[in-house]
Amino acid sequence: MPEQSIDDIRRMIARHKLRDHIFAIVGILSLMVGILTLLALFTELAIEGAPRIGWKLFASFPSRHPEEAGILSAWVGTTLIMLVTAASAVPLGVASAVYLEEYARKNWLTAIIEINVTNLAGVPSIVYGLLALGLFVYKLDFGQSILSAGLTLALLILPIVIVSAREAIRAVPGSIREAAYALGATKWQTVRDHVLPYSLGGILTGTIMGLSRAIGETAPVITIGALTFIAFLPQSPFSGDFPFVSFRWLMDPFTVMPIQMFNWTSRPEAAFQHNAAAAGVILLVMTLIMNGIAIYIRYRFRKRIKW
Amino acid sequence: MKITKLHLLLLVSLFIINCSLFTVTANAAVPVIKIDGSSTVYPITEAVAEEFQKEKRGSARVTVGISGTGGGFKKFCRGETDIQDASRPILTKEMEVCKKAGVQYIELPVAYDALTVVINPKNDWIKSMTVAELKKIWEPAAQGKITKWNQVNPAWPAAPLSLFGPGADSGTFDYFTEAIVEKAKSSRGDFTASEDDNVLVQGVSRDVNALGYFGYAYYVENTDKLKAVPIVEKEGKPAVSPSFETVMNGTYQPLARPIFIYINAKSVDKPKVKEFVDFYLKHAAKLVKEVKYVPIPDEDFKLVIEAFGKKKLGTGFGGVAEVGVLIKDLLKREGIH
Repeated sequence: MPEQSIDDIRRMIARHKLRDHIFAIVGILSLMVGILTLLALFTELAIEGAPRIGWKLFASFPSRHPEEAGILSAWVGTTLIMLVTAASAVPLGVASAVYLEEYARKNWLTAIIEINVTNLAGVPSIVYGLLALGLFVYKLDFGQSILSAGLTLALLILPIVIVSAREAIRAVPGSIREAAYALGATKWQTVRDHVLPYSLGGILTGTIMGLSRAIGETAPVITIGALTFIAFLPQSPFSGDFPFVSFRWLMDPFTVMPIQMFNWTSRPEAAFQHNAAAAGVILLVMTLIMNGIAIYIRYRFRKRIKW
Repeated sequence: MKITKLHLLLLVSLFIINCSLFTVTANAAVPVIKIDGSSTVYPITEAVAEEFQKEKRGSARVTVGISGTGGGFKKFCRGETDIQDASRPILTKEMEVCKKAGVQYIELPVAYDALTVVINPKNDWIKSMTVAELKKIWEPAAQGKITKWNQVNPAWPAAPLSLFGPGADSGTFDYFTEAIVEKAKSSRGDFTASEDDNVLVQGVSRDVNALGYFGYAYYVENTDKLKAVPIVEKEGKPAVSPSFETVMNGTYQPLARPIFIYINAKSVDKPKVKEFVDFYLKHAAKLVKEVKYVPIPDEDFKLVIEAFGKKKLGTGFGGVAEVGVLIKDLLKREGIH
């Protein structure tokens, strides 16, 4: 080893520290690109949409008069579709994940299925729209209904739900399962009483992430035919006669938030641009709230579980 | 334990939803009137639908879709929709599909639209344009060759020509090419095309050398950003600007076009659909003006109302697009279907 003076070493350390600083700055700048873009976009939308945001926007149907137009049918449509999506994607996704993680033998067939599930997450959403148009709208004759749209978006987020549920299940330590088996529990008892409860936080987080992707999807919903003026609400889920709940609303036509926005941006009158901006802010806030809930759930479940 | 309860609830709710899927009847309590088709006719039909539903207070439900004239006719001829919005008459191909499916229809013109040729307000060399000049700019042979204003008319400057127009799926594109190039869908391809007319408005308003065309409503809302070009139909005729008056008296030619609704003849038997169309025709004059389209003159519109009363089936065009047809002549023709 050649002799190095203490100055050389100091200089080297200074050089390395400088590089460290440079990297940190580059890192912060990269981070800012994403955050500032979102912030700028949000601020612009908020400023443009501010005069329209209010109770009236939520409580009015779309109209040809920009001041009277609202998003009532759009947010109700979006909410109902999300309900259908969640109700079909969660059980299917969780069951698939449990099977793949706990029951399936590790062989080439499982490997192919796993690869396909991961690949499905990358399929463009318009492809799901076309599939749904053929399958749900025409073949199964659900028509251009809330049911068709909900199932389409469920298909779209199913891979996300499966992947995140599998990760959550995998995070449950093997020793817990072994302990359950040692006490004579069956596989299903182990899954039901231990694996699922412990992984529920991760599963819910993944599901909500999937739903917040689905809420902004436009292409597949337009494909099944929702580019529509609708100034009425779906039928009420509660009815006067037995069994008091009605599922007629599933078959009703609908519109959703992104489509309402799209419709407004293509209007000739400039005043509609304000409506579109206001709807955009609300959609963004809805997504942020959903993501917030996901983070909160993850936090709460992590705190409760102590291995 | 809390968690398993939550889970149970989820499973039960899913079960109920799944069961109901198979017991649910598609027939809703309140009938839905389904309308689809052209984005050009959409503002009128939307206005009528809005007023109709306000008047009926929940006893009528109307949906108005935007699939384009072509996309809408596909659904209409499958019998999926009751009423079709169309910015051009039904074509021979679509007539055949309708016939095969046993769908008969009533063709009603509801308003005029004036295709408007627009330039930037700072453009000071254009006072008017002839149809021949427009043809020279837009015909397919111009592609890549006519790129400067002075190539069209030596009196104009040697500035680059930037063109804006609707996409090829649009009925506006079909009509403009038919009227100017004399062959539907035949146009140069090297222009900025957008299905969103606001994009075209922005494009023309930002470029001094721009020329574009779209429906009159988009011009009227943006008169501060755009200038409409007066059109000379033939050599020796005066230059005419688009306006309510010039369209109604028939002098704005050849870019004024009638727009239509088609009604499925079977749907007319449904009381709500008949009520809706009656409402449409009764209030068309006022609502059409409100959304910046040109109403059909009263005497001609009486013939339209009469045609619906008589349930006159078929199209007056025989499947070919025509430029400059008068509504009163059209309604006197025998319906073909």
